[in-house]
Amino acid sequence: MSFDAHRCPNGHVTYPGHTRCPECGEEQTETIDLTERTGTVVTWTTSTATPPGVREPNHLAIVEFEIDGESVRALGQLTTAEGVEIGSEVEPVYEDELRDPEAGIREPASHEWDGYRFEPV
Amino acid sequence: MDRVAIIGASMTEFGDRDAWVRALLAEAGDAALRDAGVDGDDLDHLYVSNMASGEFEGQTGVPNALAHDLGALGAYTQRVDQTSASGGAGIYAAWQSVASGASDMTLLVGGEKMTHKTTGEATDVIASLTHPVEYKHGVTLPSFAGLTARKYLDEYDAPRESLGKVAVKNHRNGVDNPHAQFRKEVDLETALDSPIVADPLRLYDFCPITDGSAALLFCPESVAEQYTDDYVVVSGIGGATDTHVVHERDDPTTMRGVVESADIAYEMADRGPEDVDFAELHDMFTILEFLQSEDLGFFEKGEGWKAVEDGVTDRDGDLPINTSGGLKSKGHPLGASGVAQAYELYVQLLGDAGDRQVDGSVGLACNVGGFGNCVTTTILEQP
Repeated sequence: MSFDAHRCPNGHVTYPGHTRCPECGEEQTETIDLTERTGTVVTWTTSTATPPGVREPNHLAIVEFEIDGESVRALGQLTTAEGVEIGSEVEPVYEDELRDPEAGIREPASHEWDGYRFEPV
Repeated sequence: MDRVAIIGASMTEFGDRDAWVRALLAEAGDAALRDAGVDGDDLDHLYVSNMASGEFEGQTGVPNALAHDLGALGAYTQRVDQTSASGGAGIYAAWQSVASGASDMTLLVGGEKMTHKTTGEATDVIASLTHPVEYKHGVTLPSFAGLTARKYLDEYDAPRESLGKVAVKNHRNGVDNPHAQFRKEVDLETALDSPIVADPLRLYDFCPITDGSAALLFCPESVAEQYTDDYVVVSGIGGATDTHVVHERDDPTTMRGVVESADIAYEMADRGPEDVDFAELHDMFTILEFLQSEDLGFFEKGEGWKAVEDGVTDRDGDLPINTSGGLKSKGHPLGASGVAQAYELYVQLLGDAGDRQVDGSVGLACNVGGFGNCVTTTILEQP
């Protein structure tokens, strides 16, 4: 699956995309692939009380990417919390199942379950 | 203009209850009507604040069930779901019904039945409010709290102990609340040594999973005077939303929905943060008490933790926060919580709070849904 940020004609960038740009209300017309970029950890946590079908412990981070002077953030699983600090550099790595859709999910078809984790660089 | 008054209020015992949501709602609703001496068939409107009775126990259509159980047939009914802020949103709906002239007597009952689910299941019902791009990573509301707490402690050089002190304070307050789920003091060491839930937050940084219900009875002030001298008025109320996708916020340590809902409530009440005598804040997680106490304007950004360290927010401090014990010790039955916050303001303003009584004529409640996604701020005052 893709890992795309979305940009409106006024240059505002969001992840995920929205029907209208939350900043200015314009339609978002452009996508920017984040998979080959490096981001910076804004903050992170290790969650030990996880829902059914979610790995335990679950390391999570909010990561910021810089795109042409605009910043955009994404929340995602970390491959490891080892050595991760605020400000650490990470890169996206593909994972085909981020949580088990057969465990406790009412309508597995309502979501896509693959995506990108963040790996410390 | 006729102000909106609250002439009756109640809350059930919060905790691990045998009753299902319909019976919990009826218990609180019946008690609030009795508190004011109002009959069920006097109700024009009946609102139920509830997040997820369908998901938790397969019971839908609860407002109609409650109208039938309370003898309020003929009343206009509506369910209000605004996740954890369903109670605050219910207060807004009930206030609006009276302020608009549509109703001369409105009962609001908030309630939730949760404890029959495992912690993982209950946490996931709540996590279903998150955006799919966050949900698929297994994010939970507690993990948002961990992410935010790490950022806050780093940004403002706050010690980890300050979060533990919120838990200690609110548990101490809860000892004197007969309706609270936990009526037991907790020492700082226990809070700081408890198991990690979402690093750096530990078990005692989180509210429990709870069953319970609370109710408020609203009418125009001119009608209130026909029933009782013991009533309070809704002087200000505001609601606002923030991003659905939590990671899209520029500053993770500011809750814009709190800032904006408070601005509206202060303006309506012609009050400012300095006029507030005591407050009930949505301490679903200890870190949220810092964020709200700053975003409501009580303290500068990054200084909320110092107020807790200095005892300013203790029951005998200058600005008591969560005299009820907060969600932390009182419990957090989602749809009931915002209503129960206002119940605490009501009993404090009437001088009926017993051992936890504080002085004051202006109380504020801030009810937060999601992780600040939707917020209602309410100011109640003595008439």
